[in-house]
Amino acid sequence: MMRLSRRQFTALGLAATVATAVPVPAFALTGAQAQALVDRAVADINAIISSGGTEAQMVRQFKDVFDDYAHTAAIAASALGVAGRSASNAQRSAFVDAFGLYLANKYGRRFREFEGGEIIVQRTVPVNNYMEVQTIADLPGQAPFRVDFHVYDRPGRPVFFNLIVEGVNLLVSERQEIGAMLDQRGGNLDRLIADLRAMG
Amino acid sequence: MPLPFGIRKALSTACAIFALGAVAACTPAPPGGGLDDPYEATNRDVHEFNKSLDRAVLRPLGQVAAATPREFTGPVSNFADNTGLPGMVLNGMLQGDIGGAATNTMRFLLNTTIGVGGLLDPAGGIGLYEESTDFGETLAVWGVQEGAFIELPVLGPSTERDAAGQIVDFVLDPLARVGTRPQIEYGLAARGARIVIDRGQFMQTVDGLLYDSADSYSQARSAYLQNRRFDLGEAPPVEETVIDPFALDLEGFE
Repeated sequence: MMRLSRRQFTALGLAATVATAVPVPAFALTGAQAQALVDRAVADINAIISSGGTEAQMVRQFKDVFDDYAHTAAIAASALGVAGRSASNAQRSAFVDAFGLYLANKYGRRFREFEGGEIIVQRTVPVNNYMEVQTIADLPGQAPFRVDFHVYDRPGRPVFFNLIVEGVNLLVSERQEIGAMLDQRGGNLDRLIADLRAMG
Repeated sequence: MPLPFGIRKALSTACAIFALGAVAACTPAPPGGGLDDPYEATNRDVHEFNKSLDRAVLRPLGQVAAATPREFTGPVSNFADNTGLPGMVLNGMLQGDIGGAATNTMRFLLNTTIGVGGLLDPAGGIGLYEESTDFGETLAVWGVQEGAFIELPVLGPSTERDAAGQIVDFVLDPLARVGTRPQIEYGLAARGARIVIDRGQFMQTVDGLLYDSADSYSQARSAYLQNRRFDLGEAPPVEETVIDPFALDLEGFE
């Protein structure tokens, strides 16, 4: 199933060409491993959605999925951005924990909109130093749309560190959102951590 | 009641000229696909207005739509989508995208006939999906700059280029020439209903973006620009899209 426009296709082709032409560090992670990770994550997410549990139960299960399949530490570090530089190690580790709860709560609720739909893996493309697993989300009543998982093996196992839904980038959105939340709290990281925990 | 051809044509021409004038006045895009928002203060006011409109009208209607079985909402969505296809065919041709125009033509013909006037989507069943496009994309193909970000009342996030495109698409919609009678009469109403149905289907995501985020204006702006540039094959709006995952300092985070 292919529904890339010609221009998108050219852009992808270019990206792939650049990825192969520019010398990159040898991949420890293969495309097949990256794809297998996404397949397992999607299966787990689908199982949670169809389990019919309460919202609170689902959020806890989504947190487990994030812990297993996503590099929460890197997503958290990226979201905190420059504000993380002056943070103590204790604050950093508390932030990762609270941020994981916040992510599971936020995206877990959104995944429920995938109920009755399916995510079909299309292909895996090496980009710079990670793998992009391109999938199509097919939801009832909607034209199919692109969801890409960015996968690497930095923590020693395959994990995804970014999710791109029709071009909308999780790392970009969360860096901006966490920045705005921190601004609202006068830059007080401890207050932000406590509030994220309460939201999760 | 469709407008008499003469008046329609005069209106169309006037609007097209207005739109092109507006586009010519577009501010040049910042280098590197950055963010261009000189009207931020006004945009934020409009955003608050749009949110109150959503709270009062669209969201409650979306809740009703979400509680309505898909047997009823599905055909309305299909019908609405189908009425948008002639405009997409025209834009595809203006862009020189013959493949896209052909796909959308096939889709329109199949769904309008076998698909019971557009209520069903047999074309989607055989993998013939909509090649979504609009006059904003046509302008982009023609080399018109994106211009500044603007949040339009009721219609939501846009850019100078896309706003001009929306006007042209509305006025030059070829549906009036090629559509069936029900398509011409109910097309607009169905497209309105489709907005409500989509609001219902993506209730959590939209609510999260509008009401749970710390700065919903920035989130909406960012999501719109990222998505739009992705659709048009343009550079992503923020440099961070090329965040190097191996370069992040994770000391203390893990």
